Amino acid sequence: MKLELKGITKRFGTLVANDHIDLVVEPGQVHSLLGENGAGKSTLMNVLYGLYDPTEGEILVNDKSVTFRGPGDAMAAGIGMVHQHFMLVPVFTVAENVALGNEATKAGGMLDLSDTRAKIRAISDQYGFDVDPDAVVENLPVGVQQRVEIIKALVRNAEVLILDEPTAVLTPKETDELLGIMGQLKADGKSIVFISHKLREVKAVSDVITVVRRGKVVGTADPGASTTELASLMVGRAVSLTLQKEPAHPGEVSFSVRDLVVQAANGQRVVDGLSFDVAQGEILAIAGVQGNGQTELTEAILGLQNHVRGSILLDGQELLGRGVKDIIRAGVGFVPEDRSVEGLVGSFSVAENLILNRYDQAPFARGLSMSSAIIEKNADEKIAEYDVRTQSAAAAAGTLSGGNQQKLVMARELSRPLKLFIASQPTRGVDVGSIEFLHRRILQERDGGTPVIIVSTELDEVLELADRIAVLYRGRLMGIVPGTVSRDVLGLMMAGMPGDEALAQATNVRGEMQ
Amino acid sequence: MSVQESQPVAGSPTVMHRVMTGNALVAVLAVVMSLILGGLLIALTDPDVASAASYFFSRPQDTLAAAWSAASGAYLALFQGSIFNFEGETFTRMIYPLTQTLTVATPLICAGLGVALAFRAGLFNIGAQGQILIGATFAGWVGFTLDLPAGIHLLLVILAGMLGGALWAGLVGVLKARTGAHEVILTIMLNYVAVNLVLYFLSTPAFQRPGSTNPISPQLDATALYPPLLGPEFRLHWGFVVAVLATVFVWWLLNRSTVGFEFRAVGANASAARTAGISVSKGYILAMAIAGALAGLAGVAQVSGTEKVLTSGVAASFGFDAITVALLGRSSPWGTFAAGLLFGAFRAGGVTMQASTGTSIDIVLVVQSLIVLFIAAPPLVRSLFRLPVPGAFPAPKSAKDRTSAATGGTA
Repeated sequence: MKLELKGITKRFGTLVANDHIDLVVEPGQVHSLLGENGAGKSTLMNVLYGLYDPTEGEILVNDKSVTFRGPGDAMAAGIGMVHQHFMLVPVFTVAENVALGNEATKAGGMLDLSDTRAKIRAISDQYGFDVDPDAVVENLPVGVQQRVEIIKALVRNAEVLILDEPTAVLTPKETDELLGIMGQLKADGKSIVFISHKLREVKAVSDVITVVRRGKVVGTADPGASTTELASLMVGRAVSLTLQKEPAHPGEVSFSVRDLVVQAANGQRVVDGLSFDVAQGEILAIAGVQGNGQTELTEAILGLQNHVRGSILLDGQELLGRGVKDIIRAGVGFVPEDRSVEGLVGSFSVAENLILNRYDQAPFARGLSMSSAIIEKNADEKIAEYDVRTQSAAAAAGTLSGGNQQKLVMARELSRPLKLFIASQPTRGVDVGSIEFLHRRILQERDGGTPVIIVSTELDEVLELADRIAVLYRGRLMGIVPGTVSRDVLGLMMAGMPGDEALAQATNVRGEMQ
Repeated sequence: MSVQESQPVAGSPTVMHRVMTGNALVAVLAVVMSLILGGLLIALTDPDVASAASYFFSRPQDTLAAAWSAASGAYLALFQGSIFNFEGETFTRMIYPLTQTLTVATPLICAGLGVALAFRAGLFNIGAQGQILIGATFAGWVGFTLDLPAGIHLLLVILAGMLGGALWAGLVGVLKARTGAHEVILTIMLNYVAVNLVLYFLSTPAFQRPGSTNPISPQLDATALYPPLLGPEFRLHWGFVVAVLATVFVWWLLNRSTVGFEFRAVGANASAARTAGISVSKGYILAMAIAGALAGLAGVAQVSGTEKVLTSGVAASFGFDAITVALLGRSSPWGTFAAGLLFGAFRAGGVTMQASTGTSIDIVLVVQSLIVLFIAAPPLVRSLFRLPVPGAFPAPKSAKDRTSAATGGTA
């Protein structure tokens, strides 16, 4: 099936989200849509999927103009979509989820899933999905849930499959498997629209790459183009993807964690006996797939977790058992993983957010009374220093873009003398242009002699910043390896293999291949 | 990712939050709409209109004229009863309605401030009624039991009233912070406890008039009363000045103090507040205690201002109206003050309206309720007046719903 978008324009009031976008998806092709956050990729796909009416332009299926009044029309025309956030009912089985929306019924209105089960088995066998139709979705790993989404589209005879940021939630291994599945689907004559901002993956699977910037197609690129070229196209200016990083000069070890155990409310050990040290002037990256204890670890250090045992020493002083305010005053800077939930108060002004954890200290407050003049002056300085793009210091922080919100949080945390700096997912959802800036700031803090802990699920970021890498798996430490280690080793460790084994296996594989 | 994701995601704004912080224009338009609908209702229930309507098809202008005179007459009486009586013989008579409005507004403002303040800290305080009652009980007891010199006695009455309210509401804060119990349920239940507790107290000798078994306390000592503000011919007392001061204080507290910063942070995004080292528990407890103290002031205004005795009906329905007042005032101190004045006017004028035009005072309650209804449904007012939807990006075709509908697939 050939799919063509002609001059698609989508306006929201004065904002032009899509500006005359032309796109042709040929049968049996993986067509990547590359662009920064907010470039208009998802809007375009929502237009294509019938969720938005285009302001102008038309959609052609096999050279015939079509109008989609809703996702139902799009699906009937052979378009399937796998959303970034899965649209599955967790307590339903795979078959129930797949059938949902066009359920077959037996006499008396009883649900008949036998046909759906057979179809799921057929598709699962054909592509090697290994999905049990009777498994309950909430018990399945994320990667398998994603396959259920793909099955849902295939059962409805989708010829064009839209995958919206499908790798964001996957482990490196699952990502490789998904890329493999995409290859099979392509070989079967299906077309795939692959939306991503991860250059490596886009290069690996694409036949055609269309780059979108600020709602416009700014060009198409060959998959053979270098990542630097792609990044420059995406951002609209030259970006350096590799940091010019000076080697670390680790000083004294001033932060140590010993036998740390964090228990969740259900008694499960989410952090299970962690011990590590961080020296002054070094970056320890904590890698791992989302949900393997990273959140709880950082929260335990900051005093936000309740059931914690072990020891957390900063400059020889125990942090465990102290209040959050006390720990912040002791010089711990913290950039939480979800800035809009934990890092910012969205309805507060930029100026108020910049003093969110120093609002009661001089010079911002004297006694109970806060000084708005000093708070505003502080805001103006920080906005300039960290290049936060905002209408004014009085604008609500929630109106800022993701990158600027992150700069705001970073500005707040780095503008006081620190003894330890922890940044969780420092560049998640941040545009490529700002990533470089944020990374430089983190390095600056390291070079100033602060011990730095970076928690990231993005391997690129881990490899970019880390002097040493600790890998977490189910709350346990799989080992600490040097920052120069290969992706393969990290991938194995993230899947639960201890560091030394992973190192050994990676060298073996390389040996066999040679 | 997409355009809709760049919308502000400030914590998780609840429906209640949206309702309490709607924009000022919507509040004004809600009042206007309610007055128009109230006017229609007055016309429809008017006997003259009904008799004129019986020959509507032969002379429709009679019906319309009767409707107009019924509605305008009622509202004119409302105005005369609440602001300025231009038919008054003396100047005192003329401005008497306004002073009545201010008198009624005093407890509404104080209790409204309590509801508004708690709301800014993320707490929906339904318990102003109970807090007023307990505050009034504390204040009243100090007022009729202790024998103290003028000045000190009143001061102690005020402090006792604030303490009573603060304890009653602070209890809710403690329970919420410690056990996670929901403040709405707690405050509603404590309202019942308070009213029955006061009834019980009034059945004990310590609270009853000597030689009487009626559930009514002795009159408060003269030294325990708010002095009249404009002279003995008006009921307006110094409690109104206290209400103004309370408004200034709450404004300062919320906008200029570290405590208010904590309240607002806890109310707007508790997890960000916690991460920034602000104690959410302390915020809840303190916010409730101060809210209760403000409601307690309303109790003081009643017991040592207008009523001068303690009965179980001393709070009237001020505690519940306070919620509406805070709503209409969008939880801002001066907005609450203005809304308190408006509701004071409705109450004071409603009586005159009923007396002089025969329009039932219940119409005023209908208008009040309609105001809340319109404020609670900002999209309704917006679509009636074709106002733009706030926020940079409209969510066309309501992307979320459609996406979830798409999940099942309509194919």
